Amino acid sequence: MARKTTTAQMTMATIFAWAVGLIMFFPILWTALAAFKTESDAYSLPENWWSTPWTTENFGIVQERSNYLRYILNTTIIAVVSTLLGLVLAIPAAWSMAFQPEDRASVSWPGYVWLVIILGAMAAAAAIAYSVGWAMSARPLLGLLLIVIFSLPIAAWVWTRRTGDKLLWMLSTKMMPPAGALIPIYLIFNRNGLVFKDWGWIDLSEWNLIDTFAGMIPLMMLLNLPIVIWMLYTYFKEIPFGILEAARMDGAGLWQELSSVLAPMALPGIASTLLLNVILSWNEAFWTLNLTNKYAAPLSFFISEYSSPEGQFWAKLSAASLMAIAPIMVLGWFSQRQLVRGLTFGAVK
Amino acid sequence: MTTLLKSLLGACALSTLAIAAQAETTLTIATVNNGDMIRMQKLTDDFTKANPDIKLNWVTLEENDLRQKVTKDISTKGGQYDVLTIGMYETPIWGKKGWLVPLKGVDDAADLLPAMAGGLSYEGKLYASPFYGESSFVMFRKDLMAKAGLTMPAEPTWDFVMNAAKKMTDRAAGVNGICLRGKAGWGENMAFIGTMANSYGARWFDEKWNPQFDTPEWKAALTDYLAIMKDAGPQGASGNGFSENLALFQSGKCGMWADATAAGSFVVDPKASKVAADVGFAVAPDKGLGKHANWLWAWALAIPAGSKKATEAEKFISWATSKHYLELVASKEGWANVPPGTRKSLYANPEYQKVAFANMTLASINAADPNHPTVKPVPYTGVQFVAIPEFQGIGTKVGELFSAALAGQMSADDALKQAQDYTKAEMTKAGYIK
Repeated sequence: MARKTTTAQMTMATIFAWAVGLIMFFPILWTALAAFKTESDAYSLPENWWSTPWTTENFGIVQERSNYLRYILNTTIIAVVSTLLGLVLAIPAAWSMAFQPEDRASVSWPGYVWLVIILGAMAAAAAIAYSVGWAMSARPLLGLLLIVIFSLPIAAWVWTRRTGDKLLWMLSTKMMPPAGALIPIYLIFNRNGLVFKDWGWIDLSEWNLIDTFAGMIPLMMLLNLPIVIWMLYTYFKEIPFGILEAARMDGAGLWQELSSVLAPMALPGIASTLLLNVILSWNEAFWTLNLTNKYAAPLSFFISEYSSPEGQFWAKLSAASLMAIAPIMVLGWFSQRQLVRGLTFGAVK
Repeated sequence: MTTLLKSLLGACALSTLAIAAQAETTLTIATVNNGDMIRMQKLTDDFTKANPDIKLNWVTLEENDLRQKVTKDISTKGGQYDVLTIGMYETPIWGKKGWLVPLKGVDDAADLLPAMAGGLSYEGKLYASPFYGESSFVMFRKDLMAKAGLTMPAEPTWDFVMNAAKKMTDRAAGVNGICLRGKAGWGENMAFIGTMANSYGARWFDEKWNPQFDTPEWKAALTDYLAIMKDAGPQGASGNGFSENLALFQSGKCGMWADATAAGSFVVDPKASKVAADVGFAVAPDKGLGKHANWLWAWALAIPAGSKKATEAEKFISWATSKHYLELVASKEGWANVPPGTRKSLYANPEYQKVAFANMTLASINAADPNHPTVKPVPYTGVQFVAIPEFQGIGTKVGELFSAALAGQMSADDALKQAQDYTKAEMTKAGYIK
C-alpha cells in the first residue's frame, strides 16, 4: 500500500534533494567557471563571477602545449581493454560463485592439516635454499623445484576451496590503501625479470613494464576485478537456477550454458558493469600517475601537467580538467538510464 | 613469386628504417610546470638542430608528483629518466648517496653565481646545473606606502615592516597591510617562517642537532608572525601559498608581500596585474642581527646515476644552462623573460640591468649563504631548509603546526612545544641525537 505524502513533504524533500545535488555538483561548476576566466580572475572566484570577462584562451593554451588526443586515446585503450579483459575473467568467476557453490568436490581435511602442510612445505623450501646459499644462478632447475615446493600446497588448498564464500574476501582486497602496495608493484614493473635473471633463466630486465600498455591494462583490470565480479554475482543471483538446469538437461555444454543462456539473460547487468568499470578506469589517478610517463600516460597525467609550483595555474588546470572529464560525462549522460537500472538491479525484490 | 619478392623488399626497407631509428638517442626529461621550463620546451629546436641524433621526450608533472616519482626512480636505480629537474634541497643529499652523476661539462662553470654553485654541490663536486635561481624580497605598493606617510628604506627592518603593515591596512577598502604564506608545507609556509626565524637569530638545530623551538628567538619570530597576520593579514591566510598571495597582490589587496624574487615579473606585468605601475622592491627585512630573512632556491638539471645516456644528457644540460641559452631567450622573448639568478655575466649585462627587479634579485641572492644561514653556528647547510633527508617530514609537520596556530586552532606556545617534541623524537629516531 502506498503511503500518503503531503505536498509540503514533497516540496521539502525536493528542496533537500536539490540542495544536496547542488553541493555535490559545486566543484564541477567551479571548475567550469574557472576554465573560462583569466588566471587572475580565476583566483578571485566567486567574487565578480559574472562581471569579469569570459575567455576560451585557456583551452587554446592547453591544446597547444599537450597532445590531448593522445591522452584520450591512451585512456580509452586502458579503460576499455582492461574492462573487457576483466569481464572475460569475471563472468566465469561470478557464474561459479552464483550457481556452483555446493557442487565442487572438496578435500575435507581440517584446517590445521592444511596449515601444517603449507607451512611445512614453505619451511622445507627455505631450508633447501638456505643450505645451498640462496643463489640459484648455477642451479636453475633446483630453483624451479623450490618454487613448486613452496607454492604447490597453497595452490592445492585454493583449488579445493568452494568459491561461494570467497566474495567478501575478494572485495577485501580493495580495502587495502593502494599506497601500501606501491613500492612492491613499482619494483615489479620497473625491474621485472630480474628474479629470473638472477636464477639463471631468462634476462628480461631490459623489458620494462613502466609506461606501457602491457603493464597498465592488466593492472587496471586486476584493480577493478573484485568489483566486476561482485556486481556480476548480484545480477546472476537474480536469474533462476532452474533455467540453467533446464539448459543442461537439454544437453547444453558449459560454453553454451554461459554464452547462449546466461549471458543474454544478464545482458543489462553486464552492460552496466562494463559502463561503471570504464568510468572507474577512466578516473583512476593513483596508479596511472605513478606508473606512466608519456607513451601510456592517460588523462590523469594530462591534468597533473597543469599544476604549477610557481605562478598561477587554476584556469588552465580547470580547462584541462574539463577536457579530461568531458568525454566520460557525455558517455555517462547518454547511458544514465542503463547505469541506474543496472545499479539498482537486484536491489528491490 | 612477385608478392614474395615485394614483401621481402618491404621487410628489408622496414629493418633499415628500424636501424636508422636505433641510432637516435631519446632523452627523457622530467620537469615541473613553471613558466621558464615551459619556455625551454618551446625553444629546444635550437638544441635538436645542432644535435640531430638526440630526441627529447618531456615529462611535465606537478612538483610533489615529480618529487615522488623521481625519488622512487632514482632510489631504485630505475633509469626511467635521463635528465631530472631537482631543487637545491635534494641535490646535496642525492649527490652524497651517489644517486647523481657529477657534472663536468657545464658551460663556463666559473661564471655560475657562487651561492648557486655552492648549494648544488657536495664536497666540491657540482651535481646539478642551475636553470634558474631565486631568493626572496619584499614587494610593496608605493602609492599605499605614500598614503600611509611612510617611505620604504632599501633595507627595511621587521619593526618598520610591521608598523607599515598596520598603517597600510584598510579592511573596509579590502586592503591588507601584508600578505605572507600560511599554507602548510616545508616549501610553503616554512620557507617564509624559517627565513624570518633566521633573521631573528633562531635556528632549526644547534651544533649537536638538538631542535631549538624552545628558544626565545623562535618564540619571538612566531609570535610576531602571528600578530602581524592577525592585525594586517588577509582572511583565511592559513590556506595561502605563492599563487594565492600573487592573485591578492595583483588585484590590489595587499600593501606588501614578502615572497620569491620570481614573483617580480608577475607583479609588474600590466596584462595580469592591476597595480603594475605602483610596485616597488626592497630587500627582505632583518632584525638588526646581520641576517636578512631571504631564502635561496634553484631549480636545477641533473643526471641520475641509473641513466644509460649520461653523455647525451650532459650535452643537453650544458645547452639548457648555458650563456647561449640566456641570449636565445632574450632574442626571442626579451630580457625580462630570461631565467634569472644563475650567472654573473647576466647581471653584468647592461641590457639585463634595465629589468626592474634585476639588481634587487642579485642583491638578495648574494645576501643568502647556504653554508652560514643563521646568526649562530649550525651543523647543516640550506637557508630555508635543512639538507638532510629527514627534513621533508619534519618541515611539513612543523609547517602544519604553525599553520594551525595561524588559523587560531592553537597558541604559539603550543605549536612550538609540539614542534620541539616532534622534531626531537624524529631526530632521535634517525640517530642524530644520541
